[in-house]
Amino acid sequence: MSREQSPLFLERRSYRVHRAMDAAKLMPFLGAVLWAVPVLWSGSGENQVPTSRAILYIFLIWAALAAVTLFLTFWLDENVDSDRKEGP
Amino acid sequence: MGALNILVAVCLTYVALLFLVAFMAERAALRGRATWLRSPLVYTLSLSIYCTAWTFYGAVGNAARSGLEFLTIYIGPTLVMIGWWWGLRKLVRVGRTQRITSIADLISSRYGKSPLLAVFVTLIAVIGTTPYIALQLQSVTLSFASFAKVDPQAMQFADSEATALWVAGGLAVFTILFGTRNLDANERHHGVVMAIAVEAVVKLCALVAVGVFVVWGLGGGVSETLARIDASDIGTWQVDNGRWVAMTMLSAAAFLTLPRMFQVLVVENEDERHLRTASWAFPTYLMIMSLFVVPIAVVGLDIMPEGANPDQFVLTVPLSQGQQGLAMLSFLGGFSSATSMVIVAAIALSTMVSNHIVMPIWLRIAQGGAVISGDVRHVVLLARRLSIGGVLALGYLYYRFSGGGAALTSIGLISFSGVAQFLPALMGAIFWRGSNHTGAVAGLLIGFLIWVYSMLLPSFGPGVFLSAEVLEHGLWGLSWLKPQALFGIEGIDPVVHTVLWSMSLNAGAFVLFSIISFPQPLERLQGAQFVNVFQHSGNPQGWSGGVAQAEDLMVMAQRILGPVETQTLFQKAALEQGLVGFLPEPTPDFLQRLERELAGSVGAATAHAMVSQIMGRATVSVEDLLAVADETAQMMEYSSQLEAKSAELSRTARQLRAANEKLTKLSVQKDAFLSQISHELRTPMTSIRSFSEILRDTEELSPADLEKYADIIHQEAIRLTRLLDDLLDLSVLENGQVNLNIRQGVLQDLITHAIASTGAESSGLNIHRSGISTDILMETDLDRLAQVFINLIANAQKYCDADQPELTIQVTERDNYLIVDFIDNGSGIPAQAQDMVFEKFSRVSDRQAGGAGLGLAICREIMARLGGSIAYLPGQGGAAFRVSLPIKMKMAAQ
Repeated sequence: MSREQSPLFLERRSYRVHRAMDAAKLMPFLGAVLWAVPVLWSGSGENQVPTSRAILYIFLIWAALAAVTLFLTFWLDENVDSDRKEGP
Repeated sequence: MGALNILVAVCLTYVALLFLVAFMAERAALRGRATWLRSPLVYTLSLSIYCTAWTFYGAVGNAARSGLEFLTIYIGPTLVMIGWWWGLRKLVRVGRTQRITSIADLISSRYGKSPLLAVFVTLIAVIGTTPYIALQLQSVTLSFASFAKVDPQAMQFADSEATALWVAGGLAVFTILFGTRNLDANERHHGVVMAIAVEAVVKLCALVAVGVFVVWGLGGGVSETLARIDASDIGTWQVDNGRWVAMTMLSAAAFLTLPRMFQVLVVENEDERHLRTASWAFPTYLMIMSLFVVPIAVVGLDIMPEGANPDQFVLTVPLSQGQQGLAMLSFLGGFSSATSMVIVAAIALSTMVSNHIVMPIWLRIAQGGAVISGDVRHVVLLARRLSIGGVLALGYLYYRFSGGGAALTSIGLISFSGVAQFLPALMGAIFWRGSNHTGAVAGLLIGFLIWVYSMLLPSFGPGVFLSAEVLEHGLWGLSWLKPQALFGIEGIDPVVHTVLWSMSLNAGAFVLFSIISFPQPLERLQGAQFVNVFQHSGNPQGWSGGVAQAEDLMVMAQRILGPVETQTLFQKAALEQGLVGFLPEPTPDFLQRLERELAGSVGAATAHAMVSQIMGRATVSVEDLLAVADETAQMMEYSSQLEAKSAELSRTARQLRAANEKLTKLSVQKDAFLSQISHELRTPMTSIRSFSEILRDTEELSPADLEKYADIIHQEAIRLTRLLDDLLDLSVLENGQVNLNIRQGVLQDLITHAIASTGAESSGLNIHRSGISTDILMETDLDRLAQVFINLIANAQKYCDADQPELTIQVTERDNYLIVDFIDNGSGIPAQAQDMVFEKFSRVSDRQAGGAGLGLAICREIMARLGGSIAYLPGQGGAAFRVSLPIKMKMAAQ
């Protein structure tokens, strides 16, 4: 049993690493989209957004992006690239 | 004593501390104990030179003027950093595998190692960075002036131009001292990086300290401060959408293309894994740096009098509250931001200017190009030092001419837009194989022209470079050429306007010209290497080897890299190829490696030009073309393997031919030896026989004749004995039956003794001694070693064919070997004879100098018995022999 499970385990690991790579590549786009939201806020009239809320929004995104990037660095492993050539 | 005097004292102490840090780091690096220097934390902190005085002072000023817009400058780089896996990782890998020294080097190297592009990028970088350096000078002078206002005694600092001059001069000295101490093949500066890491901590602490003071000391806590923000002039979201997007993109582009950022991101990168840490740590740093900006701006607007310069709030708010200590810390923070930026920018620009402008010109002017003699390293260093001075002088002049009046932010944006013009070429370089030289030149040219015309020139104000007439109605009265409303589209914000037009036309021209023009083979080759850097970490070759003169390459490399480094490099390469001596086969691998090493000192384009001057020309082999042209990976792999095998085979064949040639020569030599030895033995024998016959058969010889003949017989017998002694000696040595007589003695005395016993000095041979002059005590067979020395000196005496023969004896110590070089100024030994000089009975010239050709063979055997070696050292300008002894034979003189 265990002999069959170990390749499966490796497969799962390399699969995870590759999805982490995808996530890492998407990060800047995610950041760009989230930080583009202020463009939709109206600059005049009744519904003006107060600066304090804008600050909270922008800095929370900042902290979240840094945290996710930190989390992803634990997953990313360049050596998995060599596995990919053998796989489908 | 006013506050200002203390300020100057603190400032000088701080600079002295930085010197110390830089110095210690440099020393630690030299001793190889610098593991902590290579920590990812230091790398992350060094990236903080992105936060210059513009951040430190200008962000608050910008926030006070236009609210949250200042955040775009930090959001752009954050996006780049969190996307490291996508772009930066590739850039750093390319930079490391190609030994890139600057952004100009990268772009020129990718587009066919083109000198034209290198010069062009360098010029744009210099012009684009100049306003930025002026900005730093301005902010430091402003901060001095802020202190001067509260200290009426110190009016001398009111003269801001003098202050700026002093600051510029001081920075130039610091940068020259630490940026150009050595010519590192990798262009890394441990001392400087450490110093800027320290400065990064200082500026972060200072800004946070002021922020904490403002929020909790003056604002009354977080919620009160937030309420205060909402109640202020900048209480609502008022950022222009166009500017928000354009400036975020601009700062992201500038983060990659600013010469100083490229320097710390790519060139100073010690380890790719550091990027992993920096990817989240640097965005965090930026976030903390910008966290307190708005509170400081709002509180500053509240408590400072009307008309106070918001650029100085970080300093003037604590000052107005009587917080001298905090103000001092804040001043140091600003000072750190300004100095670290200027230092790294000056280093990066000076590398570019010296590698891409000064060196190529110098090499062209100095007749003979790559093959002239003399060490050029001092020229490179001098060029760098002068360029650093020049860059700072330009910054100072810009500061003077722009009047030092503009807000810090607007000056910074001019720089950003200038260097952002590199972005299309840079991105094309690493992501698009189809991009080429023509496209890069066209894009850069158009982008640069639009930037100069629509942003740089108008920044000086009407009447300086562009008249009010042109600004109002366009060049030659053409309204679509109005600098700040190109193509008739009015009403766009000037920054957005320039970014929009310059970047879109730049990228458009880059793509269009890349598509319609045709690349050179070298561009395709470099393109494949850059774009597919993760697949081909082993590099395709640009050189077809086998024809280059290894000795010429060595002569050239010695001048760029220095003799010790070159000899080590060549020896190592030769060893890896399984050869002895200093001349490796000029295989494509070796040439590639040599070119990279040279590129570290003089840039890729120049290094390529120098190697090709010796190689004849750069050839792209079938293997390379296949690698480039064939898109099917398997096919490519297979063919290149075949090619590699055939190259390997032809190399082996060449080596076999060489071995065969040597064997043939040896056989010829053996025949020659037999006839030689019969001749050598026969001549004295004949005269001994005939004279003894005379003595026997002639009667009544006069006593004078008798004595004369007996004397001749005696002399011939001595000659015979000497010849036999030599032969015997050699055979004993060769059979390993020799008994060594190990004694202690001083090397220098041994050399003196050797010189004296050859009588060389009275015979007209001039002997110089250099290198280590202290007594070196050694324990070896002194008589045998002296025999080697005497032989080498006597050879120089006999064979050196210069009009005024000179012999240099140089003692050095390296890698646990004691090395004694004997170098004369004659014509040396011809290449085809070099591998035979140590063989028995080999004579280089036909000049009859009386030797039987056994001397060097004996020397070789002696050195082998003593555990050392003797080798012919090519490329030294004359015949040169290197005697090496393992260090255990030497004992330090107590």
